[in-house]
Formats: sequence, structure tokens, C-alpha cells
Amino acid sequence: MQVKVNGVTYEHEVEPRLLLVHYLREVLNLTGTMVGCNTSNCGACTVLLGEESVKSCTMFAVQADGREITTVQGIAENGDWHPMQTAFHENHALQCGYCTPGMIMASISMLKENPDPSEEEIREALEGNYCRCTGYENIVKAVQQAAGQSA
Amino acid sequence: MIPVAFDYEVAESVDHAIELLGQHGEDAKLIAGGHSLIPIMRLRLAAPSVLIDLDRLDDLNYVRDEGDHLAIGAMTRHRDVHYNELVREHCGILGYTAGLLGDPSVQHRGTLGGTLAHGDPAGDMPSVISALEGTIVVKGPDGERTVGASDFFKDYLFTDLDEQEVVTEVRVPKLSSDTGWSYKKFSRRSQDWAIVGVAAVVEKSNGNIDSARIGLTSMGSTPIRATATEQALSGASPDQVAEAANSADEGTSPGTDDAASAEFRRHLARVWTRRAIEEALNR
Amino acid sequence: MGGGLPRKEDPALVTGRANWTDNIQLPGMLHLALLRSPFAHAKVTHLDVSGALDRPGVVAAFTGEDLADEWPGGVPCAAVVTEEQNTPFQAPIVTDEARYMGDVVAVVLATDRYKAQDALESIEVDYEPLGVVVDMESALEEGSPLVHEELGTNECFTFTAGVGNVDELFDKTDDPDDQAAAARAPDVQGEGDTDAAFAKANVVIKERYIQQRLLPTAIEPRATVAFQDPGHNGYVVYSATQVPHLAKIVLSLATGIPENEIRVVAPDVGGGFGSKLNVYREEILALVLAKKLGTPVKFNEDRSENYQATIHGRGQIQDIELAATSEGRILGLRVKLLDDMGAYLQLLTPAISVSGAAMFPGVYTFDAFSIEIKGVFTNLTPTDAYRGAGRPEAAYAIERAVDSLARKLDMDPAEVRRKNFYEPFDEPTETPGGLQYDSMNMQAAMDRLVELADYEGLRREQQQRRENNDPVQLGLGFSTYTEICGLGPSQALAGLGLGGGGWEAANVRMLVTGKVEVATGTSPHGQGHETSWAQIAADALGVTPDDVVVIHGDTAAVPFGRDTYGSRSLAVGGIAVHLACEKVVDKAKKIAAHMLEAAEDDLEFEGGKFSVAGSPDQNVSIQDVAGGAYLGADIPEGMEPTLNENMTFDPPNFTFPFGAHLCVTEVDTETGKAWVRDYYAVDDCGPVINPIIVDGQLHGGLAQGIAQALYEGVIYSEEGNLMTGSMVDYMIPGAPELPNFTLDRTVTPSPSNPLGVKGVGEAGTIGSPPAVMNSIIDALSPLGVKHMDMPALPMRVWNAIQDAQGNAAASGEYDAALGSREADVKQEGRSEEK
Repeated sequence: MQVKVNGVTYEHEVEPRLLLVHYLREVLNLTGTMVGCNTSNCGACTVLLGEESVKSCTMFAVQADGREITTVQGIAENGDWHPMQTAFHENHALQCGYCTPGMIMASISMLKENPDPSEEEIREALEGNYCRCTGYENIVKAVQQAAGQSA
Repeated sequence: MIPVAFDYEVAESVDHAIELLGQHGEDAKLIAGGHSLIPIMRLRLAAPSVLIDLDRLDDLNYVRDEGDHLAIGAMTRHRDVHYNELVREHCGILGYTAGLLGDPSVQHRGTLGGTLAHGDPAGDMPSVISALEGTIVVKGPDGERTVGASDFFKDYLFTDLDEQEVVTEVRVPKLSSDTGWSYKKFSRRSQDWAIVGVAAVVEKSNGNIDSARIGLTSMGSTPIRATATEQALSGASPDQVAEAANSADEGTSPGTDDAASAEFRRHLARVWTRRAIEEALNR
Repeated sequence: MGGGLPRKEDPALVTGRANWTDNIQLPGMLHLALLRSPFAHAKVTHLDVSGALDRPGVVAAFTGEDLADEWPGGVPCAAVVTEEQNTPFQAPIVTDEARYMGDVVAVVLATDRYKAQDALESIEVDYEPLGVVVDMESALEEGSPLVHEELGTNECFTFTAGVGNVDELFDKTDDPDDQAAAARAPDVQGEGDTDAAFAKANVVIKERYIQQRLLPTAIEPRATVAFQDPGHNGYVVYSATQVPHLAKIVLSLATGIPENEIRVVAPDVGGGFGSKLNVYREEILALVLAKKLGTPVKFNEDRSENYQATIHGRGQIQDIELAATSEGRILGLRVKLLDDMGAYLQLLTPAISVSGAAMFPGVYTFDAFSIEIKGVFTNLTPTDAYRGAGRPEAAYAIERAVDSLARKLDMDPAEVRRKNFYEPFDEPTETPGGLQYDSMNMQAAMDRLVELADYEGLRREQQQRRENNDPVQLGLGFSTYTEICGLGPSQALAGLGLGGGGWEAANVRMLVTGKVEVATGTSPHGQGHETSWAQIAADALGVTPDDVVVIHGDTAAVPFGRDTYGSRSLAVGGIAVHLACEKVVDKAKKIAAHMLEAAEDDLEFEGGKFSVAGSPDQNVSIQDVAGGAYLGADIPEGMEPTLNENMTFDPPNFTFPFGAHLCVTEVDTETGKAWVRDYYAVDDCGPVINPIIVDGQLHGGLAQGIAQALYEGVIYSEEGNLMTGSMVDYMIPGAPELPNFTLDRTVTPSPSNPLGVKGVGEAGTIGSPPAVMNSIIDALSPLGVKHMDMPALPMRVWNAIQDAQGNAAASGEYDAALGSREADVKQEGRSEEK
């Protein structure tokens, strides 16, 4: 298989059952994407396939053949954080930080589809990303900031 | 939480998929979005020896205006259905419901054809397609055929699809401006399966109800039409809705699980049907 | 201090550069996979692991007998709450019986996790199912199956405590046949020397509450990597743990490896909530297998294992009796608890309920209190600390009972509470639980809450909905709580059966370049110590937080530590940092005086500069002093070079944060769906170091408390099968399920430490469950609902309404449906009011 991850093209022979998240973590050593639940509920493994968020624990690596993947490690440009990363930091939208990469990727995907979401729309769009630390309020504020809304 | 090893085949076309199905027999399994299949493979509750991946069938990803109906390719992702302009204009209930399935990341992968072929009565789409009286186009070694929604869903996780058949298209009627609709989903959490769902498509005239079609989610082993309520609503006025909704659970056979007893599901079906019709009348 | 500094922790976390345990890959590393029992209780009659060895990539496979010599101590329990406590041996791999679903029967090591998992299927094992104990009350009955046959009982311990003539009080008033008792005023007579107040008791609230089991669900599952330290004969254990320092001791006790040959590192840890305040069999296994095989070993649980084999929280049946006068003055409280241990004792299992025992009286002052706790073994996953650990259970019971009292007396729940608050105090004050509360001003918190929420306005809105017969009713629920933090004074901890060791250590050193390193014995996993400790140090040393690096979580880099749990870190560990900094400043002042050729007493220290009083131009910065101290060439004679100070702080008392919460719930009476519309919380954790971190802790705590009240609960079948085995079935709330929070603070400093800080990590989780439940019952009280257990999921709410409306047919079927599957509902609460 050949896949472009964070702008870099990789070629590997992999077992068909290798999950995309394990390919990213253990073959490419891109450990910014995490496993949280194994049942497609928690979203810790969220990455972008093209421009859309997907759960990399519910996709086989071979299914990404010929595709482009972006992980949290590929969204800063020339060392400058993506506005979503800045917004999470400035709004204290993370505590332990384990869900954060997935949460950030889902939020980026959300704003691509809906650049000016209401609070309710933000909460609904993050329904598949669980955070156990923050109670979500500051995550919502971070997304609002990244969307250019004054908090 | 690691699947058992399997062989992997990429279907290059529908005909190729059909051919692969023939070649590998019953140990083979089609995979579309994978959000029903991969989790159960990870739990080792399913262990197909061959996966035939429909993921690359981009020619099954479309929404077309066919005059009186919309034709939607089976591999159209839920999220694309949700945002599609034609769907929003002509069949709002379908686009709305597509946005309720799982979560956005699931909707980016999951497909309309996949969710219907899976035939889960707790899925939202089967009851919506039932209420719309949609048609499912399937293709097999002997060619193409169309199946009405009422004939397609046979039993729990069991559809009219033959072993070598593939869902290729879903057809739904374009709703007129006199048609109101609603899909009411009752679940514990937003991302959960429906405990009960009610799809209502209501033809209105002069403030009254001409006819109504109601599909129920999670009220039996297949999506179920609330026929008694539909009959009671034929020609009814809005103030007769509450009474008509009281028969919504007639003919259903809901199950009991940790989320809801059968009796609670029956109760919810009645309340939710009333609210769905009221919402449809105002839409 | 006091500034909302964005966290120093964040850059690595938002860019995906954090160092999680599962990131670690080492040459030759093997993956450990565990064969777990599918039965809650079964004898292993046949076990053969040789088939696994034939699978590709498998290096080794072991039974419990193969390894029994490697763990002389088994999995240790550090808590002894009574002399008679039964503490069964827990082998990391069982050798006879599996005692809960998930108990470990055999292990496999393979070159990758996929192959390890595959190989489990080639282990031959036969089980003979044994009688299963899932229900605590049946467990204590004669003839019940026994979880541990050798103990001869399912009782782990019975703990009792109390003050005042509490039994006499209830004997006088608690006569179920005495219909008139509730209406009678002072004519329930006391006898002899019974306090006059007791004699006035004419209302007894008698209720049963169920604290359902919860799954802590840190989003990072547990992970451990153990390997031989190539430098010497020792071992390094990386683990996703809250307690690297405790783990070092416990791993030594379990394995017999000398403590000084074990180094434990907690790298970035993805949440704990108590579930990683433990040392698990898998950590012991990774260590002994790394030792035995001479190769690194990794264990990484998946979520199914996390739900089966990581500790569960809560698990109590609470029988509560509250006596009061007809004016609403509380006279006494009697509590009987059954506390579900699960199948084994983990690190602190029996201490959880016992450490919460003294908190049942809450923020109310009265004379008579007694509590009896029975710890009970069941064939279920072991329980242990989960966020709050004993205090949420206590706060829930008293706060539910006080609301019942208000309903019974037809008083406003705010009013009943005010009648029983302590008068404000700022010096330690004796409580019915036998503790010394440090400082409290409930009146101020309550006043602020009522104003913040516009309580009167909400009551008017509620009234309107009631009059309109709105299908969606509004409920208002208070909770006025206190909790115990700052664990703790070593002597007091010894009294709780925890041996002691409640201190915390810090090392603060200023480097030759003037930069600061703070080594702390706390071990954060989301709490932001790197930021808050830097703020504390910067404040004391007159440098900026950017100048400070906080080192934590590595037993080789931090000399001593007692780790992070129980909202102890700031009130003990943060204070240690503060005091170590003061020592640094004291020494620096001496050196500065020497450098400035001035008398030490003439020096002032401000803004990081020592200057001579009256001659501000005569000054030296602390950085320059640090440089001089390091070089040692120009320091007072006989003084040790360097600014490098240690502090071990053992607090004189616990701290007792408190607060007043109001939950505003909407309940759809037709569907039973309840949701929190607004949540108001006024909390007092003393002075605040970093307000954004404190608010964040409250948000998360409130979310977990609301989750217990509305969504979460472990469900077991009668056979002891875990029905909520994944996130599909276990109801972790997502963003749509939770509200925004309206927070405010009062500030009542604690006399227990020099900064007056109290701790805030668990406050939200402790305060919120009763507020939510009280609000739901309040919403439904016009329909006759007086009681409901958690979680208030739609079917339960609907059922309660049906019951109250006398629609028994419908709800009877519902109960039957649940009863066949849900152990905790079998013990469903009854509300009895006399």
C-alpha cells in the first residue's frame, strides 16, 4: 500500500487486518493518534481522510491505500500551530490531553463543513469524541474561538 | 480487540464485487463503510475469511434527480446525503436522518447502501426508507432487480439480498410542498442507537391530513409501519392525531434490553408518533 | 499566583508529541496478552498453554503455577480497616478458581499485539462453573456461595463508629407502627440523661440509596512497559499510573525485588480518576516477566479489559435514618452501609467507604451520629477509589436525606439547610464524624448561590410550568457539601488503616544560570501541576513561571513522593514546593547579604531582587545569588554551596473544601428523559493559584457527577456477566449530554497550611450527584415521586412516574424486565418515610 500521511508518502506491505490507527502509531511511529475504546465510540483515534474526520480504529490500513491522511502531527505549518491548537490551549480545553488530538481533528473537520456553528451544533458534531476531564464546556469555547466567534 | 486475519479484495466495479462473491462463497463478506462490521470483527464476533471492499466504487456515490424520485448511489456516505442540496430540497427527512446516524466521523465512512444491507431494525435509515416507501436496487449474477422497502427487510439483520447480490441504488420519492415530515429519535445519548425512532411522512391538505406513512425503528425484528395509526390518520384533522397515535404500537413486537423494556418502547412509540406527526404537520 | 496562566503542559499535548506509555517501543519488546475468565466464578479444571507456543511470534506462555514463586506478596492491599479484616491472597494469575469475569487464567507473550491476541485462542482451558455471588445482601445470607471458600464468609470487615446516643434517639422515634409520631412535637420523651434535643425528635427520614458501580473510564487505557535497567541489576517500569512512588514500594512487596532496584516512571498519563491509583496484577506480571525473560515486556489493555479488570468505583447500599425536629433541626443520623469489595481487595478497596464514613454528617451540625459499614465480597470486578472515593457517597446520602426532610416538613430545601449549617468558623471545629473541619462559611456560599441562580425566579418558572401542566417539568435541586482533602496528616491516615505517609516532598534548586527546577512528589495526569507549581515557585522566588521547570513522576528523578489522588496535591505537595522555595529564599538572603556586604536583617526581597532597605540601588538579583551559590567562591564561610532545598510537608490537619450547588433539570414527564438545563455552583477551595485550572477541575468533576446521576451505571447479569462491557453500552456522556456551568467562588482560607489552599479535584463529583437527583425528584414531586436511584435514565424516570401514579401494571413489567438482567436494580432502593 501507498499512503500520504502529513504530506509524506509511505509504502508498506501490511497485513489486511492491520488497523489504520496501529499503522500510524506502530509502523509510522506517529504516536499523536491514540486508541481509546476499540468500538468507534470515543474518537481518540480521529484523523482526517482527505478533509473529513474518520476514526482510524474503524478502518483498515489497506483501505487508506492511495489516500491522504492528516493527523494532529501534520496540522501545524512551518512550526505555527493550527488555529484550533491555539484555541484549545488558550481556552483550557484539555486536561490530561489524551482525547485532545482526536478532538482537535474532529473540530477541524466540523468547521470545514460548518464554518459558523451554533453551540448546539458544535456539541452535536463532537458527539463521537469523548473527553473525561473537561466536561466539554471549554472545548466548545475553543471551537467557537477557532471559528472566529467571540467567546 | 484485534480482528482475526482475513484476505482482502478490492472490488473494482459492482460486477467485480459480484464475481468475487461468487468466487469466495459464504465465507466472504462485503464491506462498505465498515462501521457495523469492523467493531464486531474486532470483538471477534464475526470472522469472515475474505473481505470484499466496496470502498472504491466511486461510481456508486451520487444523488440524481430522476423526475418524480431521487436516485442515490449505494456508496453515498451518510454525511454526503446529509449535506446534499437535492436531498435537502426534495427529501428533507432523508438528509436530516443521515445526520443523526452515529457521529460525523461515522457518517463520513458509513453508506446508505451499507446501512440498508445490514438490515438492523435499530438503524434509523430502514424505517425512514420504509416510511418513504423507497425502493432498493440490487444487482447480482442474474442482473438487476428492484425491491420495495416493505419486501426488503425480512428479519433481524436479514434482508432480501441473495448471497451474491449487492445493493447499488436507493430510490426515494420527491416530497411535495404539501408533504410534512419528521424523524424523532429517542436515545439515551446523542450518538447511541435509537431506543425507539419514528419516521413520519404526512400528506397535508387544507390543514388536515390526507394520508400518513409512519415507520418505526427498534420496534421489532425489522422496521415496522404503524399501519393502524396510518389508517386512523387518513383524512383526519389535527385534533385527531393524539388518538390515532395511541395505536402506533399495534402489531409491533419490541424487545426488552438494558435500555428499555418492551412496554416502555410501546409507550415511547405512541408518544413519539404523536410528536412526530405534530412536527410533520408544522413542517 | 492567582493568574489564569495557560498551561505549560499544553504544547506537547495539542501537537501530538506527548509521551504516553503505549508509545514506547523497545528492541526485543514482547507484548503481554492475558487469557481472562469468561465466568464470574469457576474452577479451572484443565489448562494447557502449549498450543499457544506453536503459534507464530509467540515466545512464551505461562500458567499461574509456572510463575507462583515470582510473586510472594501477591497483589497487595495496603488498607487494613479493622483487626479482623479478611484479606484474601490475590495471585496475578489464578491457580485454582477464577473469581470474577476477567480474572486472569494464563498469559502469552508474543512479538506483536496481534499475534499475542491470536495465541490466546490456542490455550486449552476447561472451567467448572461455581455458585456466583452478585448481590451483597444475599452474599451475607447463610448458605450463600462463597467468593473465597477458605474465608468461610463473604464478609470482609465490619467497621463501626459514632458519637452521641444515636441508637437511643432512633429507638424512641423509629417505631413503624406509631402513625402519630411524625405529627407529634416534643412528646417523644427521652429518658434519664438523654440530651434534651433528642427528646424533641419527631420526624425520622428512613431511606435506602443505591450507589451504583461506575466505570472510571480514563480515556487512556492502562499501559505498562517493564525492562531491565541496562545500567545495573535493577528494573524500570513505565506505567500509566497516578502513583509511581507507591508503585515502586508495592511492586517490591509483591515480587520481592528490593525497592532500590525498581525505578517507576509515570510518563504522560491520560487521566486516572482513581483508577490508576492502584498497582495491578498486569504491572506485576510485566515486571516479573521482564525479569524472567530478560526482555522488555509491554502490557496495554483494550477497553473491554479496562471495563472488566480495571477497578470499578462506588458500589454501596446505603440505609440512612435522619432524625429531626418538626422545625427542621437535625438531631441525629444513623447510617448502615454495605460496601461491595468485588472479588479481591485492590490497593485501598476496604478503605474507600471507611475514609468517607466521617463525612456523612456533611455541613450540618448535630450531636448524634453512628455508622456501620460491612465490606462484602462478590464475584465482580474489585472496587476501589473513583473520583471522590467515599465522599461522593457520603454527600449523596445526607443531601438526599435533607431534601426528603424538607419535603416531609413542606419546607424550602434551602431553608432546611440554613437551619443546620455551622456558624462560620476559621479555626478547627469538631464534627459529629469526629473530624476537625478546618474552616467553613456555608452561609456565604449559599447566599451567593441563591443570588447567582435567581432562585426565586426559578421557583416562579417552576410554578408556572406546574400550573400549565407542561409535559416538561422543571426541577430545582440543591446540594450543600463539604469534603475531605489534603491527604493527609500521617497520624490521621494511620488511624484510617492506611499506615500513614500522608506527607509530600519537594526539591527546589536554582541552577547556575538562574533557572529553576522543581522536583515534586506529586504525579499529575491532567491537573496541571507543571503550571501551578511553577506559579507557586515563581511567586516565592521572584522569577517568572517560564523560568521554572517542574519534574515529576519518575522515582529516579524525584527523591521521594506520595503521588496524586484525593485532591491532595496542592494542599500537601504544592505547599511542600512553597516551603522549599522559602528555604531557598532564606539561604539566598544570607548569600545576598554577604555579596552586598550588608546585614541580613537590612535586606528586603521583592520582585526577585534583594536590596538594602533604604538604598534600592544596592541590590542583587536572586539569579545572581544562585550563580554565586553554585560557584561557591564567594559565599559565607562554612555555608554549603548551591541553592538546593528539600522540604517534606506533613500537614497538621486535612482540608475541607465546601460549596453550594443548584441543579436546574428539565424532565419530560411523557418519556422520562431528564437533562440538566443549568448548573450553578459556588465552591470554596480557599485561595486559588490558577483560576482556569480550578474552573477546569470543577467542570470535569461536575460532568462526572452528573454522569453518575443521569447516565452511568454498571450492569451485571445474575451470572455475573458484565453487560456494560464497552462504551456502546456504558453511558459515558458526550458533549450533547452536558450543560454549561455557571460557577462562582467564595474564599475561606484553610488554617491547615500556609497558603490556605484546600483542593478542588473532586469537589464537582462530590457536590453534583445529589443536586441532580434532588432536582429530578423536585420536578416530579407533584406527580407523587419521592425517590429515585441513579442513574436517572429515561426508563427509570418513567417507571417512577408510573409507580407514583399507581400504574403498577406497566412498571411491574418494567421491573421484571430489568430484574432479570440488572444486579443493582435487584437491590433497588426503597423509600420509606415514617
